[in-house]
Amino acid sequence: MDNKERMQLPYQEMPELPVTQRLAGPVEVNRGYSEQQALAEAERCLQCKNAPCVAGCPVDIDIPAFIKLIREKRYTQAGLKIKETNSFPAICGRVCPQEQQCQEKCVVGRAGHEPVGIGHLERFVGDHLIAHSQKPSRAKPTGHKVAVVGSGPAGLTCAGELAKLGHQVTIFEALHEPGGVMIYGIPEFRLPNDIVRHEIKSLVDLGVQISHDTVVGRTVTMDEIRGEMGFEAVFLGLGAGSPRFLNIDGENLRGIYSANEYLTRVNLLQAYRDDYDTPIRRGQYVTVIGGGNVTVDAARWALRLGAQTVTIVYRRSRQQMPARIEEVRHAEEEGIQFQFLTQPIKFIGEDGDVVGMECIRMELGEPDASGRPRPVPMADSEFTIDTDLVVIAIGARVSPLVPIAVPGIELDESGHVIVNPETLESSVPGIFAGGDLIPGEETVVRGMGNGRQAAQSIHQYLIGRD
Amino acid sequence: MFEVISNQQLATDIFELTIKAPRIAQHHRPGQFCIIRAAQHCERIPLSVADKDSGAGTITTVVQAAGHSTQEIVRFQPGDYLLDVVGPLGQPTHIGNPKYAAFIGGGFGAPAGYLMLKALKDAGAELLAIIGFRTRDLVIYEEKFHNVSDELIVTTDDGSYGHHGLVTEPLGERLANGESFDLIMVVGPVVMMAAVAEVTRPYGIKTLASLNPIMVDGTGMCGACRVTVGGQTKFACVDGPEFDAHQVDFRELSERLKMYQAGETQAYEAGPHQCKVEPRYWQVRENDG
Ligand SMILES: Cc1cc2nc3c(=O)[nH]c(=O)nc-3n(C[C@H](O)[C@H](O)[C@H](O)COP(=O)(O)OP(=O)(O)OC[C@H]3O[C@@H](n4cnc5c(N)ncnc54)[C@H](O)[C@@H]3O)c2cc1C
Ligand SMILES: Cc1cc2nc3c(=O)[nH]c(=O)nc-3n(C[C@H](O)[C@H](O)[C@H](O)COP(=O)(O)OP(=O)(O)OC[C@H]3O[C@@H](n4cnc5c(N)ncnc54)[C@H](O)[C@@H]3O)c2cc1C
Ligand code: SF4
Ligand code: SF4
Ligand code: FES
Repeated sequence: MDNKERMQLPYQEMPELPVTQRLAGPVEVNRGYSEQQALAEAERCLQCKNAPCVAGCPVDIDIPAFIKLIREKRYTQAGLKIKETNSFPAICGRVCPQEQQCQEKCVVGRAGHEPVGIGHLERFVGDHLIAHSQKPSRAKPTGHKVAVVGSGPAGLTCAGELAKLGHQVTIFEALHEPGGVMIYGIPEFRLPNDIVRHEIKSLVDLGVQISHDTVVGRTVTMDEIRGEMGFEAVFLGLGAGSPRFLNIDGENLRGIYSANEYLTRVNLLQAYRDDYDTPIRRGQYVTVIGGGNVTVDAARWALRLGAQTVTIVYRRSRQQMPARIEEVRHAEEEGIQFQFLTQPIKFIGEDGDVVGMECIRMELGEPDASGRPRPVPMADSEFTIDTDLVVIAIGARVSPLVPIAVPGIELDESGHVIVNPETLESSVPGIFAGGDLIPGEETVVRGMGNGRQAAQSIHQYLIGRD
Repeated sequence: MFEVISNQQLATDIFELTIKAPRIAQHHRPGQFCIIRAAQHCERIPLSVADKDSGAGTITTVVQAAGHSTQEIVRFQPGDYLLDVVGPLGQPTHIGNPKYAAFIGGGFGAPAGYLMLKALKDAGAELLAIIGFRTRDLVIYEEKFHNVSDELIVTTDDGSYGHHGLVTEPLGERLANGESFDLIMVVGPVVMMAAVAEVTRPYGIKTLASLNPIMVDGTGMCGACRVTVGGQTKFACVDGPEFDAHQVDFRELSERLKMYQAGETQAYEAGPHQCKVEPRYWQVRENDG
């Protein structure tokens, strides 16, 4: 087959749960490729020599190589190929914003066709590895001890890489279950908790210890970690999990949640289940404010919790929504409505409960610092949306615990930890950081890339001490 | 897993649990709290630390079985294990160097002041404690407060014990008689904290209230605990729980505490849960004792 013919091969659509079956609970919507589909999709790859797709992947997966192995039905080898640079293909295959990364650069896509479904293929391979997983063999212990703070994608990856090198790793996690945003934030219908749990279990099999219910800076201090507990180096993966609010009137009325609270109640604390005690408000007319993945996740959960209408209110237009395109499409299919170019200016309450939201229309102006057109309020365009439950999903900042966890660490003006970009070492020697805690894209894959990079630096650091 | 060492009923619906949690006991400072998730299906419930013994590695908490979740916690008997206890959370009380300080406590909130008073006493302060309860049967921690304060006044709303009336009355009298305090701390029901703030406000006496909003994680991640202080939104779990009582919007706090009132009355009624000690898949060693 020549390239022209390959380009004519049909794109393999991801099989999806029918809309009618989605709203009953948090069942995963994307069902995954069958083997035939994976083979058919793999055929669409041109095996480009310069492979521009690889440049679009933050962790430089050798994409043509793993796709070639799929074609040869060597799925385990394909998985190992991905794992050379990405430890958790089943996770990235599901949640990476592929259309803005690897697939954005794919030659097939650039030629006007649907780009190769790199993410779907990665997920296929990741799921294959999970289904056929074996207990990993443990590396020869080096005698070095490393502490990892936070168990999100950055912390988990760093821990795994260090364990593979034979270092003894302990993860300290504040919550009662590890996984970070992948457990408390991203819903089961996109990323099943069991996938994350499986990956964490494989780290435990590698010898990684996990100390949950442990808030670094409170339950244990950095001095203890580096002193009597004997950890020679530390990786910080505390994330950026502190919600921003709009700071407008009425924001503390009952019935107004941050997305973090709303999602934590449903995901981590299972509020949707009758056999859990976690309370949650189930609004009839739900409004979710924002335009990212978090917004769409909260909106889709609200539908699954029985809302009659769910409206996403976003101050720019559809083209600027940072959410994954697939998620926005799913949300639309499920019946979620959108109010673009709309900004809330005030919440209206009745006896302490939210009953409405006053908004103003926006128009797009000159590009702002992010390069996107700045939304500008239109005069006399105020209107009111009736709503009995509001979820605010307009972003997050770095945890206020960071300066308590690591007194004296240097932060930039936005509160992010300043690191050496080569080594990811912070201003405190021996303490490294990555993921949402340091400036950059807030994605799972970037966190994982940082975790791996930091593990290499930490390894060098430890060897230097031998 | 956190072993319950003892569970004593102090009054109707009020229980004192002592829990093995060495790291929390070691690091706890007055004013900080912990969060307990009793079993897998349970809520994360914030509770003050009423006492601790760092030598024995235990913390003590006094729980009012107010609703479903607190009722679950007080069912745990010596030898049972609570699934999760995390802490110490929040900012420690800034004790400073007061010469004369008062603690005002109400109901199950009173025990939360015990360690604060102890620290103030160690700092050399002269101390007045006023603790108030609805009725004689609910009076708790009298002996302990007696031991750490120079003067103790117990009040009951119905006059069945001690001073007849509210905690604000003896406090108001003292202030009216020209007594002056360097610091007043108050822990208790929202209405009581708000009332104390109004009593001390005209005198400009520094008054700290330990707030009790609804919480989830206790690490600044969810914003459930947000309160308005001096017109600004603060997260009680990381910025507090203690704030300048003269700046706190108590009305908003009391409204926000009603978030689940309608729902909780119809909450699912489970029989007593027998909590099995099931190690979690990632649990490779005992976490905290
Ligand atoms: C709802 C939602 C949906 C998202 N969807 C996507 C998506 O589809 N694709 C994508 O790529 N990205 C997505 N993201 C972003 C992505 O989840 C984050 O970029 C990523 O999780 C950051 O990883 P991290 O390792 O830096 O930290 P986190 O995942 O934030 O984990 C940090 C961990 O550190 C713990 N911690 C914090 N402080 C302490 C302390 N003092 N002591 C001990 N532990 C501590 C926290 O409890 C937490 O478990 C989403 C985010 C959210 C909230
Ligand atoms: C920092 C802090 C320290 C506290 N210390 C103590 C203590 O030492 N002893 C004690 O008995 N109680 C204490 N509380 C209050 C205790 O957490 C609540 O009484 C408890 O959460 C109520 O849960 P419930 O289901 O039993 O009661 P319900 O009244 O049935 O609660 C209904 C729902 O509302 C929420 N809720 C209601 N009231 C509160 C509240 N005051 N705080 C948090 N969530 C609430 C819960 O999520 C619950 O699901 C403290 C609270 C905070 C924030
Ligand atoms: S990790 Fe993400 S960006 Fe990289 S190849 Fe996989 S899906 Fe694409
Ligand atoms: S750019 Fe597209 S076609 Fe080329 S190697 Fe990458 S995935 Fe295959
Ligand atoms: S309890 Fe979640 S931010 Fe305070």
